[in-house]
Amino acid sequence: MAENRKYEIDPVTGSPIHPYSWDGIGELETPPPRWWVLTYAVCFLFAVGWWVAYPAWPYIAGYTKGVLGFSTRADVAEQIAAAKAAQAPMNDKLAALDYAAIAADPELMHFATAGGKALFGENCAQCHGSGAAGNVGYPNLLDDDWVWGGDYATLQTTIEHGVRSTVDADSRQSQMPAFGKDGILTREQVDDVGAYVLTLSGTAPADAAAADRGKAVFADNCVACHGDTGAGLRELGGPNLTDGIWLYSGDPKAVAAQIWNPRHGVMPAWAGRLDPLAIKKLVLYVHDLGGGE
Amino acid sequence: MSTTVNTRMPQTIDEADIPVWSHRPKVTPKKVKGPIRNLKWLVMAVLLGVYWGVPWLRFDRGPFAPDQAILIDLPGRKAYFLWFEIWPQEVYILTLLLIVAAIGLFAVTAMLGRVWCGYTCPQTVWTDLFMTVERWIEGDRAQRIKLDKAPLSLSKLGKRLTKHAAWLFIGMMTGGAWILYFNDAPTVVPQFVTGQAGFAVYATVGFLTFTTWLMAGVARENVCMYMCPYARFQSAMFDQDTLAVTYHTARGEKRGKHKAGESWEGRGHCIDCRQCVEVCPTGVDIREGLQMGCISCGLCVDACNSIMDKVGLPHGLIAYDTERNVELMAAGQPRKWNFFRLRTIGYLAVFAVAGLGVLYGLLARAPLDAAVIADRNPLYVRLSNGDLRNGFTVKVLNKTNSPQSVSIAITGLDGGEIVIPGHEGETAPVVEVAPDTVAAVRAFVKLPPADWKGEPIDFDFTVADPTRGLSVSVPTRFEGPSK
Repeated sequence: MAENRKYEIDPVTGSPIHPYSWDGIGELETPPPRWWVLTYAVCFLFAVGWWVAYPAWPYIAGYTKGVLGFSTRADVAEQIAAAKAAQAPMNDKLAALDYAAIAADPELMHFATAGGKALFGENCAQCHGSGAAGNVGYPNLLDDDWVWGGDYATLQTTIEHGVRSTVDADSRQSQMPAFGKDGILTREQVDDVGAYVLTLSGTAPADAAAADRGKAVFADNCVACHGDTGAGLRELGGPNLTDGIWLYSGDPKAVAAQIWNPRHGVMPAWAGRLDPLAIKKLVLYVHDLGGGE
Repeated sequence: MSTTVNTRMPQTIDEADIPVWSHRPKVTPKKVKGPIRNLKWLVMAVLLGVYWGVPWLRFDRGPFAPDQAILIDLPGRKAYFLWFEIWPQEVYILTLLLIVAAIGLFAVTAMLGRVWCGYTCPQTVWTDLFMTVERWIEGDRAQRIKLDKAPLSLSKLGKRLTKHAAWLFIGMMTGGAWILYFNDAPTVVPQFVTGQAGFAVYATVGFLTFTTWLMAGVARENVCMYMCPYARFQSAMFDQDTLAVTYHTARGEKRGKHKAGESWEGRGHCIDCRQCVEVCPTGVDIREGLQMGCISCGLCVDACNSIMDKVGLPHGLIAYDTERNVELMAAGQPRKWNFFRLRTIGYLAVFAVAGLGVLYGLLARAPLDAAVIADRNPLYVRLSNGDLRNGFTVKVLNKTNSPQSVSIAITGLDGGEIVIPGHEGETAPVVEVAPDTVAAVRAFVKLPPADWKGEPIDFDFTVADPTRGLSVSVPTRFEGPSK
């Protein structure tokens, strides 16, 4: 490097030509403009300043923290705090007003359902589906059929205490006897009452005689919870059998199976996991989905 | 143009002598007087007047919209331009406007050369303004060169500081005017002065103050030479009929010094006074021919004509002229102008079509529009009475400056019933839409099972305002289970 080479000068541009040439093609060593060189130097200095000011260099078990003490985690925490502070006036209003008053205020309602949608996606969508349409065994929240009721207060109780929750004494409880498995009814009786139940919602039975026989079985065993007409009893959690909505499918075999050995879903109690305001937002969101009473 | 090779250039250079950066000569333009300079003053005054004045124009749009004639409301996502108002979804109008501007630039360039560069480009206008201020503070070319060479003294430091302070002030005014296009001018100015404006406002003004100072004060002609892409592709629009600042070589050469009373026989009219080079804001020598550095400002024309007056020769040794005319004049024939030719007529045609497109877009803008978003998750819900229900979000766009009531109804769905929460039982619920907003209305459509045949049914939402005679139909479809 100590050797001081002579560069030829290109007569057209006045720039030095690099001594290396490739197949007779040389390269000009045109000096860059001054502003470019200076900008380059300033960028280097900026980088050094950055190393000092911000977290930069990793070592085995840690990293240089930088004199400004910046951390992305603290930054996020700050932003979350700022977002919470910005929501506080609306949240305070929501907490203070009752459901009817909130529903009458479009702006508040918009805020509440937007929050409810986010909470629903985090806590409820796992069972009820992201669109709240439910699944076999998990109730559809969009329709107008409610086992326990679909008004604001009932929805709040259901969310707070859950259904058949083992940890909440106030949880909604209902249990249908296993009519077949426990030997209360014979196989024939179960099939008959299944055929009859299907006629309640207007389905023409495959075997009209069986449905006729089932009517008596129904009157003896089912009306206590499902009501005389089969329209259900909400106080007891007895589902309405006269509508076209089935939690465990309206297929004759599925209906018979549910009478023989019923399945019972469990919904967690959310009081304590979610704060009252979050539950309020969820109630408003679910009520607003289209089936609220 | 043939390449000039400087025979006095050294043949070799030591590696150690290659400079770290290139040494570009500083351009120190001289003051010039003349009709073209006066035209440039006028254009500059008009353009700067427009830039600083327009945000203060008021335009009454009623109580629900801003009264600033030209305003880009970024938080509200609306742009106001006199009678017109553009929403984000109408940005295609802006695209057309950009096409109009580009084609207009091409047409003007093909006809008149780089007049945009020389007269109206903000870089030129602001550089001109900065140079004028520099001339007031540091004097004309000779004094400035002397000052550059002088050792640092209190007087030099004072002049430099005054100059940069003045430049930064202009820069701040430039950035300050920019924000007025995005904020209500009479509101934001007092806020700015009292420190109550938002961060974005101060950041924008600060940034533009710096860039204005950098571009118009420091970088100047380098912007045209190294940064501007337009300077690089302008040659694509040039032909032999394009007007450009032209040195009439045949008349000027052979150049040389001339003493009063000497004969002009056997020599050219150029007396090699270098006035054309000294006044040039980009530091080029126009006598070398058309070149990228020439922004077509014509100051050399004024400079040369004033010299021609002194030596008693006709004007026009350097003039706005075309390549064709240069050849015709060299051959002793009269000039021919050919502004409207296939190329320029083509540009003007595209210009007109795109311009009409913009006008159509602005004039045909409907005051009421609607969009329907069908729920996808789930597609349908079965209700307890067996009815099928689909959920929709109907977006109603009220593009007027006053609140409007519109009715929402469905057509083409036999047996279907619309239910808008809060409007149960109405066949065509009427909803209120605030001025200049999009209302999102939840609408359910119910269909009895008897009317469901197992195939999706196409139907329309009709959003109407009978009082204004407006109606928008949006097609959508009703979904249900396959049978």
